[in-house]
Amino acid sequence: MYRRIFFSLLGAAALGLAGCQKTATDEIPVGEFASLTGKEATFGQSSHEGTVLAVEEINAAGGVLGKKIKLLTEDNGSKPGESANAVNKLIAKDNVVAILGEVASSRSLEAAPICQSNKIPMISPSSTNPKVTETGDYIFRVCFIDPFQGTVMANFAKKTLKAQKIAVFTDVKSDYSKGLAKYFKEGFLKAGGQVVSELDYNGGDKDFKGQLTAIKSANPDGVFVPGYYTDAALICIQAKEVGLTVPIFGGDGWESEKLTEIGKDSVEGTYFSTHYSPDAGGEKGKAFVEAYKKRYNGKSPDAMAALGYDSALILADAIKRAGSSDGTKVRDALAATKDFDAVTGKITINAQRDADKAAVILEVKDGKFKYIETIAP
Amino acid sequence: MDWFFQQLINGLALGAIYALIALGYTMVYGVLRFINFAHSDVLMLGAFAAYYLAQAVAPVLGPASIPTALVVIVLSAAICAVIGMTIEFLAYRPLRKRPKLTVLITAIGVSLFIEYTGQHEKVFGAATKPFPTLLPKTEIIVGALRCSSNDLVVVGLTAVLLVAMWFIVQRTKIGMAMRAVSFNEQAASLMGVNVNAIISFTFAIGSALAAVGGIFYSMRAPGIEPLMGVQPGLRAFIAAVLGGIGNLPGAALGGLVLGLIETFFGGMPGLSDYRDAIAFALLILILLFRPAGLLGKLQTEKV
Repeated sequence: MYRRIFFSLLGAAALGLAGCQKTATDEIPVGEFASLTGKEATFGQSSHEGTVLAVEEINAAGGVLGKKIKLLTEDNGSKPGESANAVNKLIAKDNVVAILGEVASSRSLEAAPICQSNKIPMISPSSTNPKVTETGDYIFRVCFIDPFQGTVMANFAKKTLKAQKIAVFTDVKSDYSKGLAKYFKEGFLKAGGQVVSELDYNGGDKDFKGQLTAIKSANPDGVFVPGYYTDAALICIQAKEVGLTVPIFGGDGWESEKLTEIGKDSVEGTYFSTHYSPDAGGEKGKAFVEAYKKRYNGKSPDAMAALGYDSALILADAIKRAGSSDGTKVRDALAATKDFDAVTGKITINAQRDADKAAVILEVKDGKFKYIETIAP
Repeated sequence: MDWFFQQLINGLALGAIYALIALGYTMVYGVLRFINFAHSDVLMLGAFAAYYLAQAVAPVLGPASIPTALVVIVLSAAICAVIGMTIEFLAYRPLRKRPKLTVLITAIGVSLFIEYTGQHEKVFGAATKPFPTLLPKTEIIVGALRCSSNDLVVVGLTAVLLVAMWFIVQRTKIGMAMRAVSFNEQAASLMGVNVNAIISFTFAIGSALAAVGGIFYSMRAPGIEPLMGVQPGLRAFIAAVLGGIGNLPGAALGGLVLGLIETFFGGMPGLSDYRDAIAFALLILILLFRPAGLLGKLQTEKV
């Protein structure tokens, strides 16, 4: 009995010590939660690599307010429920001053209420569902939102692809997919098009032939699939198998080398909208591409990497302007961000705490993503 | 009407894969009277075995050729047979005299153990891997209908394996021993049946079937990850119960029914996200009226 009490006291003491060690005074702890493993792992990895590069550059240049930024990263395994755990731990145990994260809107939505109620500013690098920042005034993002992305793709389908009839194939498990599908439909109907078929799948499904056969019999000129890359690749493969040959296109959830790795020939000639292309140019963009290649063995950065990078830069800039790492002050500084020169373009945080920026459209060609056009808001 | 026949083809091809997996569930249940929840993970291991074997075999026998596919499938099935026997030996055998519930919970534990070990970076990693093309594939087009040659292979193979299983169980000496163990383990052992060997054999066959099912499932949707077995495993389990668990033709029938339901409801606007709910509702309905499943009879010999 006494031994048990002794050990639990020892355990508590150890925990307390561990808690104390994390908050060294010459460092600013910043939390990051990301899908480093699991279904959307390539998004999480890219975003994380971008963030790490930014933090390293900031620290090499002397840090902010004379202190180094210490990035604490938690993996949520792309699973529901884990993001809340990760963020709770970062705030309660590691005493972070701000949270950077997630790519997937569903997981950002899990973390946002926790950050809001703890008054810890959170910056999502690339969650595009509008609901994320609607959670509260401590939640920000450095990317565009789905109403814009949906409209861009609707206009692209109508004008560039000259499609009149479109089928929409949505992942009902994902807030991102449902949101993007909704705004696409609104935009496409407004542009004078017609949505001839609306079907759903569950993210992680492996068989889509039932739905795709139904889509084919509706005879559309194109299919909009606002899902993530693994599902999108399988959908493109099975679409070819059921003889659906019209162009298939999607949103920023498609951008991953896994799309071509899994989809191979079947994803050739598909299109998607995203935040950034290394080919889109810009001084800051070029410097970033070079630094990223140098840091990660010649790997080319994708949009998630660029946004992860930008999210850390914006945070550092806000802490600098706030002159303190206090949550409320950093929040006010973030909200006042104007014309910040970032890799993915000029970022101005608007009244909804979203970034107003342009989108790019890419085509899958010869297993690579080819830059087609930039569309300003 | 074309739409209907096309969905029928899609549904049968998917159902045949479920049937293959369901055969494994039903074999083990028939002999041991317990659901081997790790079956779905053996399926995943089969797909991964094929993924790695294909990289070794393809340079020798050529990628996407019939010899490559045969070698890869047979070797993966053999590997999974060994894995199945090992799982039985390590996890289930020590508990054989315990209540069935203990074994059932252990099976869930084994399943989670395999899934999460597989997700570790040093094992398979959690990211989706592209499954190689094993068989040369052509599209067979008749009028407005399309069918992949792979689908025909799956349907044919399922039929052959079903007949083979039936033959083993009903017409061979080892099959007779399996039925004897299923009927009364103690009496069988008194009659000189090596119960341990028979149970190992059952697990070997069941796991080999899971591997074949896993490989064909991955050919259809060529992205594999350590949790890929969960969905088809669950559906095959339902298929086995639907058809009458312990009954071989029942498992095949259940698989086909489930594949058809999923495909038809998947293709209906407004119902596509309820396809699993509909499958489960149907399961409940059938079990209400036929508690032993479609082909199962209560109190008959089962294997």
